Amino acid sequence: MTRSPRLSLYITMATFVLAYAVCAWQYPAMFSTRVVANLLTDNAFLGITAVGMTFVILSGGIDLSVGSVIAFSGVFLAVILRDTTMHPLVAFALLLAITISFGAAVGAIIHYLEMPPFIVTLAGMFLMRGLAYVLSTDSVPITHEFYDTIQDVYWKAPSGGRFRLIGGIMILCYIAAMIVLHRTRFGQNVYALGGNLATARLMGVPIARTTVMIYAIAGGLAGLAGIVYSVYTSAGYSLSTVGVELDAIAAVVIGGTLLTGGSGFVAGTFFGILIMGLIQTYIVFDGSLSSWWTKIVIGGLLFAFIMLQKALSWATTTRRRPATEFATRS
Amino acid sequence: MTETRKPALRATAIDKFFAGAIALDQVDLTLYPGEVHALLGENGAGKSTLIKCITGAYHRDGGTIELDGSPIDPRGPVESQALGIGTVYQEVNLLENMTVADNLFLGWQPMRAGMVDRRRMNRRAAEILAGYGLHIDPSLLLSSYSIAIQQVVAIARAVELSGKVLILDEPTASLDREEIDLLFSVVRELTARGMAVVFITHFLDQVFEISDRATVLRNGRVVGTRKLADVTQGDIVELMLGRHLEATKRKSQQTEPGDAILSLKDFGKRGMIDPFDLDLRQGEVVGLAGLLGSGRTETCKVIFGVVSADRGSAQLRGTPVRLSSPRTALEHRLGLCPEDRKTDGIVGDLSVRENIILSLQARQGWTRPLSRSRINAIVDEYVKALDIRLASPDMPIRLLSGGNQQKALLARWLATEPDILILDEPTRGIDVGAHAEIIQLIERLCAQGMALIVASSEMEELVAYSTRVIVLRDRRQVRELQGDEITTDRIVKSISQGESAA
Amino acid sequence: MIGATFRRITPQLIILGIVLLLNFLVFPGFFSIEFQNGRLFGNLIDVLNRGAPVALLSIGMTLVIATKGIDLSVGAVMAIAGAVAASVVTGGGGWFTALIAALAAGLLCGLWNGVLVAFLRVQPIVATLVLMVAGRGVAQLITEGKIMTFLNEGLIFLGAGTILGLPTPIIIWLAMGTLVTFVVRRTALGMLIEAIGINETASRLAGINSRVLLLAVYLISGVCAATAGVIVAADIKGADANNAGLWMELDAILAVVIGGNSLLGGRFSIVASLLGALIIQSVNSVILLSGMPPEFNLVIKALIIIVILVIQSPTVKHALYLLRASAGSAVPEAHAVGPRNSPAKETRS
Repeated sequence: MTRSPRLSLYITMATFVLAYAVCAWQYPAMFSTRVVANLLTDNAFLGITAVGMTFVILSGGIDLSVGSVIAFSGVFLAVILRDTTMHPLVAFALLLAITISFGAAVGAIIHYLEMPPFIVTLAGMFLMRGLAYVLSTDSVPITHEFYDTIQDVYWKAPSGGRFRLIGGIMILCYIAAMIVLHRTRFGQNVYALGGNLATARLMGVPIARTTVMIYAIAGGLAGLAGIVYSVYTSAGYSLSTVGVELDAIAAVVIGGTLLTGGSGFVAGTFFGILIMGLIQTYIVFDGSLSSWWTKIVIGGLLFAFIMLQKALSWATTTRRRPATEFATRS
Repeated sequence: MTETRKPALRATAIDKFFAGAIALDQVDLTLYPGEVHALLGENGAGKSTLIKCITGAYHRDGGTIELDGSPIDPRGPVESQALGIGTVYQEVNLLENMTVADNLFLGWQPMRAGMVDRRRMNRRAAEILAGYGLHIDPSLLLSSYSIAIQQVVAIARAVELSGKVLILDEPTASLDREEIDLLFSVVRELTARGMAVVFITHFLDQVFEISDRATVLRNGRVVGTRKLADVTQGDIVELMLGRHLEATKRKSQQTEPGDAILSLKDFGKRGMIDPFDLDLRQGEVVGLAGLLGSGRTETCKVIFGVVSADRGSAQLRGTPVRLSSPRTALEHRLGLCPEDRKTDGIVGDLSVRENIILSLQARQGWTRPLSRSRINAIVDEYVKALDIRLASPDMPIRLLSGGNQQKALLARWLATEPDILILDEPTRGIDVGAHAEIIQLIERLCAQGMALIVASSEMEELVAYSTRVIVLRDRRQVRELQGDEITTDRIVKSISQGESAA
Repeated sequence: MIGATFRRITPQLIILGIVLLLNFLVFPGFFSIEFQNGRLFGNLIDVLNRGAPVALLSIGMTLVIATKGIDLSVGAVMAIAGAVAASVVTGGGGWFTALIAALAAGLLCGLWNGVLVAFLRVQPIVATLVLMVAGRGVAQLITEGKIMTFLNEGLIFLGAGTILGLPTPIIIWLAMGTLVTFVVRRTALGMLIEAIGINETASRLAGINSRVLLLAVYLISGVCAATAGVIVAADIKGADANNAGLWMELDAILAVVIGGNSLLGGRFSIVASLLGALIIQSVNSVILLSGMPPEFNLVIKALIIIVILVIQSPTVKHALYLLRASAGSAVPEAHAVGPRNSPAKETRS
């Protein structure tokens, strides 16, 4: 029963299907390609961030800096495109180089200084948000024609839904992450790190390299999410995306990934994002419900999934506990 | 005739020092292909240190290691594994959050077009495990299988990655009989393939069952290497414990034990200690003897409620009580000095003063702090009475020597004025002077009418102060010795022969 | 006793002194204090006044961190408490009822966190995350999404009034700091909290009821957060569920860390954390007074954290130790072999 690590993934998927069925039953209009397309477009930047967060949490860490990195990215792009003649694609490359290096530096500090990821990424959060302020405190609009071009790329589904490029980028990120996590040695090392650091080291996992790469990926994906967000809003604002790290963490946990690391699927995170997006869509459709219910419901879901994980891990470990935990050590 | 073969591994004159103390002194170990070689010795004899020196987890201070005739110098378990020496520990060092196949192949997964080839990996894993007689689904989580199967997976990984020498560090400690059989058949399979296996355990039956030769360590020295076909269990126990012990004289003046205090009936906890009866009277010392892993520590823990018993009843002065947690035990005036001082005993960063009053304060509750003068009086009293040597009672307890830490822990419990004091290995790892003082203290407390339960691996000690000695083996009480029966000889015999000693 | 406390907080006093001196250098009138209309005015008073919310949070956070925990929910609890207080007075209740109701809300939040951590054994960071996410929604539910303004004199007094010439928030955080310090140090609470933070297994074996103590620290943290929430609401004469206490949990954690308290639990000093809160506020003040754009505030804060992290890091500590040891006598053997299997290396949270 609790033998499969996929159980919580299935529970998340079932939750989504059930929730969507309830929504569609109550508001048949929600069962349309337009709603689905908007779900993907509106949550693209959050979804991409959550992919990086999944890597970090699977490895037993946490990254509080992603929201600030997104805000920084938006402002950085807006300022570069306003003040220079650089082509956006070059600016994107430059930005990704910055955020990847930033993530790598965070990972290196965590590993080499043996500091808790929580506090290191907290410093990173302040730093990136601060740099965003330093670049500009106002919302800077982006008017480059290349942005218009990207925004106009979409595939119109038969019943009117517009599947935009940024939604597609998000889905590509998930596919890539699935391949990396499940089909490469690096991906397996991420799980090993989250399972038990000391054991992973004994089994020959390169801890330093893996840690640095994990945070570099999280930084890079946060940068990509920043690009997507700037395309989505056509602006860069240093006060935007406050608290996105919390939403990303919530999506990962609701997606069935253990916050202590080592167990979970990036596909679950995808459904976590969809569930959170669905709650918002439902509230919009309902009209009478207020926006704060989103936070309360997400908090409730978070609690429910944490308790579920607690129960599942209990069910699997209690069986053996007495023998291993209290056997005399040599 | 085996000796004429070329050794698989030869460690010569290994030295290791810790903070000036000698942990290994000129230790030799030779392994031949196809043999199971038991490494024996009581706790602290140097088994683990030797293994760590061989695998490079510790840097040795002297000596040479040769593998297949050529000298090696691994700088860590990963490197020694690559050279051909695999190690499997008691706590399975695998990742429970990953599948069996993942664990077998972590770091050397079969690849196809740059991707991990999961199908091939699972198939290969199934084949490898089938070679050990295990037919399990390797695509399931490791945690869904029992410890024994996890052990076999760990062995399989070690063998696949190294293939010359396999070190098994207490692999059977948490296995039941059938699981041990499974493990042993795997070991026999490996030796038949020509591997050399080092087997570390505290279970002598198992040593005789599976091993060809045994090397016994005591206090960091090799006291002998024997062909097991030529010796008895008694010989090995004597080697492990040292013969000089037999000379110990028993104290003649024994005070007459008083009224019964604690009475345990059919008391036990599944998987830890088989049910036992125990009647404890005032003014007596009940010694718990047995090798490591025999259930000494487990008995102490169950009585004190560290792990609550799942069967049986307890009566304190005739009143039924539930000893469900250390807190309730403390309230019923029990005390326990645990075996592992560092992790279970001292609160390292707190001062000696605070460590001494900790339990008394815990019983009083946080709202009723002990007055400064009372604290000073208690601390002064016990520092003097137990001769705890320190620069100041305000220094963190972790800075004290082992013996002084132990005395401070004793002071912690004595300050609560307990009726029953349980001491688990009270003299382990402390210097000779403190050793003698603690033994005198046990005798003094007993004379004052306290009831004591003392678990110890030092027979000599038990003989000196025990009113009765209970001998444990395989987590079961096998024998109770009284009066003149209490001699190191009898204890050793009871340990090595189990029930047949009666 | 006094001497030891003084030694403990010396680094914080020095840092605070330096930052205050910087304030003086960029703004020579920094230390001048005037008495007008029955109230003291001056930049120094402002630092003490503006620092009140973080100072209050840092009191509870110090205790939580001493047990190896963390309370991420304090910002959200502030919002809830402010909302509760505002809704009581707008509903016609008196200021005292509002205060009591807000504190009760804080206690309830602390109870929730405490039960999750102490009884259900959920990691503190995970347990308090739930309330961090949901709490602000609850606060908005109470205020119905608006900034709920009020004109109750009594409640406003708590945030903007003066007692004996000093702004009320200063009196409140000083009183709370003194009270909690007094309670934990004059009873055995402080020592027992430190004991479970240092070694919970050994503490449990010594007979300490670690569950109740864990619950207690989260309750205290909840009450401190609620008080801070009331002050912030009273100061702006309204409860802003969206922004009240936003990111203050991070400032509070920072104050505790600057106070030299280890994030890995154990020995703690509330006074040092309070000084940490004042240091943060003084840094804000320097940036403001120097005419530097306030945007630099966060960057500087980040740099401060990084410097402190580096100083506190086990690796750097170890390196310093080796340096000192090799400068003096020989390096002790135990340390020479230490790093390879140091247990600290394996802890990540």
